[in-house]
Amino acid sequence: MTSKHLLCMKTEFEHRQAAHCESGVTSNLLWKASGGKITEPLAFGIGAGLFFAHIPLIKINNGPAIAFRTLPGYIFSRTCKSLNIPIVKKRFFSTESAETFLRQQLDKGIAVGCQVGVYYLPYFPKEYRFHFNGHNLVVYGYEEDKYLISDPIMQDATTLGSYELQRVRFAKGALAPNGQIYFPKTNVTITDEQIKQAVKAGIKKNVYNMLSIPGYFAGVAGIAHTGNKIKKWMDKLGLKKAGLYLAQLVRMQEEIGTGGGGFRYIYAAFLQEADAYWPGKGLSEISATFTQAGDMWRTAAVQAAGIFKGRLTTQQDFDKMGDYLIAIASVEKQAFEKLKKIKWD
Amino acid sequence: MKKEEIPQDLSALGKITKEVCYATDNNGKYQTGLSSGWNVKIDALDLAWSDIDKRINAAKQRVLNNEASPVYFFMEYRLMDLSLLADYTGFWQWQIKRHLKPEVFKKLSANQLQKYAEAFNITVNDLQTLTVHED
Repeated sequence: MTSKHLLCMKTEFEHRQAAHCESGVTSNLLWKASGGKITEPLAFGIGAGLFFAHIPLIKINNGPAIAFRTLPGYIFSRTCKSLNIPIVKKRFFSTESAETFLRQQLDKGIAVGCQVGVYYLPYFPKEYRFHFNGHNLVVYGYEEDKYLISDPIMQDATTLGSYELQRVRFAKGALAPNGQIYFPKTNVTITDEQIKQAVKAGIKKNVYNMLSIPGYFAGVAGIAHTGNKIKKWMDKLGLKKAGLYLAQLVRMQEEIGTGGGGFRYIYAAFLQEADAYWPGKGLSEISATFTQAGDMWRTAAVQAAGIFKGRLTTQQDFDKMGDYLIAIASVEKQAFEKLKKIKWD
Repeated sequence: MKKEEIPQDLSALGKITKEVCYATDNNGKYQTGLSSGWNVKIDALDLAWSDIDKRINAAKQRVLNNEASPVYFFMEYRLMDLSLLADYTGFWQWQIKRHLKPEVFKKLSANQLQKYAEAFNITVNDLQTLTVHED
């Protein structure tokens, strides 16, 4: 920890790039306490990050509201809860108190996670700036009026001016962060046994979310439901709008932060790592099924691109697209049922 | 996805940072690899933006025809809707709807104009003159 008359302050924190923002932030914030054992896939899996939901009636950017991951904020909270790590999580009414609190933590040497909106995030390319408020980054210090920022999706650490940071911490609209800040209470150590139990809890939670969550539009049932809807899109929306809808599906599935294949590859990586904590439970074999699911999602994305680029224009092409999702639903269902049947000691 | 299959098509993001992907090696073991982009999703993003650009251009034309105020143009330009703009400015949606009319916009106070300028991250002068700076 270094400090020069508190004009600058840098906490002991190492920037590490990740695929997904929240699991990356969670892994990076827990890196020291776990001796580097809470990798990004472990954070994602323990936090039960895998999901699917296609929320009816709601439109995002004039397209369908489809999510491949759990709600923002849950991965950090669930991971810390499963590891028995007490956390601090706070939202603010005023920008001043939000910044004061942030400075206080940094002055104590604590690196903190912040939920932000990406629309006014200056280091993001313009093409990626939408009003999406579920992004996460770490503030790990300051130099005069610049904050030191570790955004897990970026290769290198960066900085934000005080006003720039305030603006994204107080972005408005759906999932408005209201300055949300979070971090584990310091001086915790994470043992292998804790990780082992947390892995089990994370898998159980994810099994519930994908197989048993109420609502026809969520979990593996939701994937098949969307598949059936897609078959009707050409008639219902017309080719052009149906193409825009499919493009939105592809973006939610593949755009920055998913690690590819709608988070299915990160989850497969998680199960492989989980196998080391729970050998003999078949987790590696089930991991291979999620790799297969990820590959199928990507094949479906190629089909979608054929449609929205105007190369594929018939009802059969939409049927094929819908059938891809129905097949994915059945593969993921089998995989989660295998996870459900595991006899944990 | 196999590690050697990680796509390396150059996206807008790829010019600034590569993305981490999870992919398997020859033994089926997961590793991370970097991707500079994938044509399938580049096309998806391009399509989303061409649709947005159409809406922005249509909004601009309406302002130039004196059918709507610059607030309407910048609302589209900043990908906002009434509800989001209301959140950013503190105005009610019905107030904003009035401000979308050119004749009402001309009578806005300096304070009201400032609120819009802040919400759109532009200057009041830009707002009044329909000036766009790439940022």
